[in-house]
Amino acid sequence: MTSIKTPSTERPTPPDSTPAVALHSGTSDLRALVLNNLRQSGIYVALVVIVALFAVLTDGVLLSPGNITNIVLQYSYILVLAIGMVILIIGGHIDLSVGSVVALTGAVSAVLVIQQGHPWWIGVVAALVVGVAVGAWHGFWVAYAGIPAFIVTLAGMLLFRGLTLQVLDNISLSPFPAEYQKVAAGFLNGLLGGQGFDAFTLLIGALAVAGYAVSGFRTRLARIRYQQPVESFPLFVARVVLVGAVLMYFAWQLAHARGLPIVLIILAVLVLVYGLLTRRTVFGRQVYAIGGNLSAAALSGVKVRTVNFWMFVNMGFLAAVAGVIYSSRSNGAQPAAGNMFELDAIAAAFIGGAAVTGGVGTVVGAMVGGLIMAVMSNGMQLMGIDQSTQSVVKGLVLLVAVAFDVYNKRRAGTAR
Amino acid sequence: MDDTILEMRGITKTFPGVTALEDVSLAVRRGEIHAICGENGAGKSTLMKVLSGVHPSGSYDGEILFDGKPMQFRGIRDSEANGIVIIHQELALVPYLSIAENLFLGNERRGRGGLIDWNKANAEAAELLASVGLHENPVTPVIQLGVGKQQLVEIAKALSKKVRLLILDEPTAALNDVDSAHLLGLLRQLKEQGITCIMISHKLNEITAIADSTTVIRDGRTVETLDMRADDVNQQRIIRGMVGRDIESFYPDRVSSPGEEVLRIEDWSVRHPTQERMVVEGVSVSVRAGEVVGIAGLMGAGRTELAMSVFGRSYGRDISGKLFVHGREVNARTVAEAIDNGIAYVTEDRKRYGLNLIDDVRRNVSAAALDRLARLGWVNGNEEIKVAEASRKEMNIRTPSVMAVVGKLSGGNQQKVVLSKWLFTDPDVLILDEPTRGIDVGAKYEIYTIINRLVAAGKAVIVISSELPELLGMCDRIYTLAAGRITGEKPVGEATQESLMELMTKDKELVG
Repeated sequence: MTSIKTPSTERPTPPDSTPAVALHSGTSDLRALVLNNLRQSGIYVALVVIVALFAVLTDGVLLSPGNITNIVLQYSYILVLAIGMVILIIGGHIDLSVGSVVALTGAVSAVLVIQQGHPWWIGVVAALVVGVAVGAWHGFWVAYAGIPAFIVTLAGMLLFRGLTLQVLDNISLSPFPAEYQKVAAGFLNGLLGGQGFDAFTLLIGALAVAGYAVSGFRTRLARIRYQQPVESFPLFVARVVLVGAVLMYFAWQLAHARGLPIVLIILAVLVLVYGLLTRRTVFGRQVYAIGGNLSAAALSGVKVRTVNFWMFVNMGFLAAVAGVIYSSRSNGAQPAAGNMFELDAIAAAFIGGAAVTGGVGTVVGAMVGGLIMAVMSNGMQLMGIDQSTQSVVKGLVLLVAVAFDVYNKRRAGTAR
Repeated sequence: MDDTILEMRGITKTFPGVTALEDVSLAVRRGEIHAICGENGAGKSTLMKVLSGVHPSGSYDGEILFDGKPMQFRGIRDSEANGIVIIHQELALVPYLSIAENLFLGNERRGRGGLIDWNKANAEAAELLASVGLHENPVTPVIQLGVGKQQLVEIAKALSKKVRLLILDEPTAALNDVDSAHLLGLLRQLKEQGITCIMISHKLNEITAIADSTTVIRDGRTVETLDMRADDVNQQRIIRGMVGRDIESFYPDRVSSPGEEVLRIEDWSVRHPTQERMVVEGVSVSVRAGEVVGIAGLMGAGRTELAMSVFGRSYGRDISGKLFVHGREVNARTVAEAIDNGIAYVTEDRKRYGLNLIDDVRRNVSAAALDRLARLGWVNGNEEIKVAEASRKEMNIRTPSVMAVVGKLSGGNQQKVVLSKWLFTDPDVLILDEPTRGIDVGAKYEIYTIINRLVAAGKAVIVISSELPELLGMCDRIYTLAAGRITGEKPVGEATQESLMELMTKDKELVG
């Protein structure tokens, strides 16, 4: 990589930018980059360590094609919930009801599709409508009535669990028709053929890597044009190669199992959309502003109530998506579905670097946090560790992750 | 010479970047009422915090002698053990607890087995209440009492701690005239019982009525201690001590050429959000393009309340009055509407109301006008950086990068970020509330230069400040505000610090 030596500084810069030149010299020092981003990179490092640990402990079973597919199928709905949850937590709220909403939306869908024989998509649409309505209900009480989210959603947790029982009349419904089951258990494969592996999955993987590289490069060019600091070129290439390798390995493993899970496509689209929504839209920025300093946001003309309301509507929508995925995966609706899901989603957000006080957190971070929980659960299951011990370990990991975060922040606060 | 109960010698206290107190000395005679006065930010409260141990021994230089013995208070418990009790301006009572529970909070009357003996506590509480002339049942929750009675509960609480030196910070600021008179009477009564009293106050008529001596503090230094029994000491004499400071050429020159009227507030009244009293009453103020108008008022005069109620009704209730922008009446009921009408309000408390301290310079600068950087709800991040960079250069914000977290900048640079944020909304009129509070002299000069540049560009500026030299140095015209009413309006040429201070300390009766 030594042959490519075009650090961004050596580009001719307009003469009027002299005072800022020192800033544009590119952070080529890897150590400085890691240290500066300890908070962010910390969770990636943790994920890698945990994956490596369980890969060794399970003699490589963890990373086998079949198991990777399993992890995706098993935890996708938690990750979907974590997207909505991290947005709420950034805004300074919380939602304790999502487990009940998952159950309710699944139940509504099951009643329509299984009991009344409507087509599968009616069930999906109805579930989404119910989810949005629940979100609007929460949003109304939090944003317009001024009741703390903790209380509103605690009430919602009881309320919507009760409604689930009524909708289902206290019995489980199953099975769903094959089309409905495909949402969570279906795969896109065989579209392009292949010998012993699915070429289509590999193609999608390759497209994802290409997309990552191109968008990264365009961002980099734009930042250079606006005279912003960028990482040195070799480091940029190294990052793209690393991420690309991980993605391709992942696609390779999937291709050698059952192909590309449909639910992974749903999840990828959601992460992409919500990642952009939080970072790049006015709405997303106002969520951070409200969580960071509510009074200052209000005095800056942010319509706090409106933003709070839509945050909850969004959570309801995503809870419904998770409800559809879960009911599809479990092939039916049970009165106790989704129990404790809210805690997994909250844990994912906090492990992923969200702050209890609001204003801090990222969608991608929550996804990594969720994956840490997923890999741990899955790894411990593979090792045959019983449920009680799993719970103890997960609890400790959550505590340590947040303690580490708080410690880091305090250190950063006193450093200067 | 009289018997001295308290002597503070050579007290110097610095905060990062600011010297709050410099070589301050204070001597208080036994059994007297000693007033301390000075402008906002002169260091009065800091001095009392040093005395009461809020700023512990070791965090300041100098010595404290109480009853002739050197004292080293590590906290408020130490000072209270010696009979020094401070009552803060914001009362420290727990609203939902009863009077008796509040009186003995942290100092509970225990009976057998360490349990609280409520009969004993309530009986003792009743005695204490009687001694301050408050006829209330000790089991009444404090929230049911008015501010005046709460103040009396605080004093009763101090008495329960066997107080020998009572410190009151602005005790009558939130009280009506009847309650104030009662409180002052009580202080006289305590004095007869041999309790020494230090009172911080802005109300000069009260000071002349009740104090035996007065120490004036200015810019963190003791100016003088006046014996109030001497003949020539009156309100004017105290004012001279409070303001006597040279302005010289600290303020950048500006050629004033006011144009058309930009903002006019007419007969504006605002009620306190939770209490019944009016905070602003019948205020009319106007400002023209290219003009700097000052609003001078002491703490509690209703300055911030006036500004925030005008700015999208961000404060108070029952707001009445008319608001004209460029001669057109506007009804700005939300902050967003106020911004749309070209009004910007730069808060006096940038950390609480002005900035998202955990976010970076860039996002703070764009926070009030994000729509200007967005198309269909999508923010153009690169344009945003360009805007922030432009502000950084123009305002001379000293930060390693616009990506730096605002919480880590100095006060002066934070203030420049807040100003940048409001300038990016492209306002016609800027209301600057204490724009130079808590920032160093160099940064102050920079802020003044920025204000001049804005006015030169045709903006209208209202500066709210309690620093009179600042107003005299910057403004074309100055209004004075006292107890929620405008008590005067003067072109800067006709105003002096003394005449303004007189108007600012004018009491309600004198106005009507």
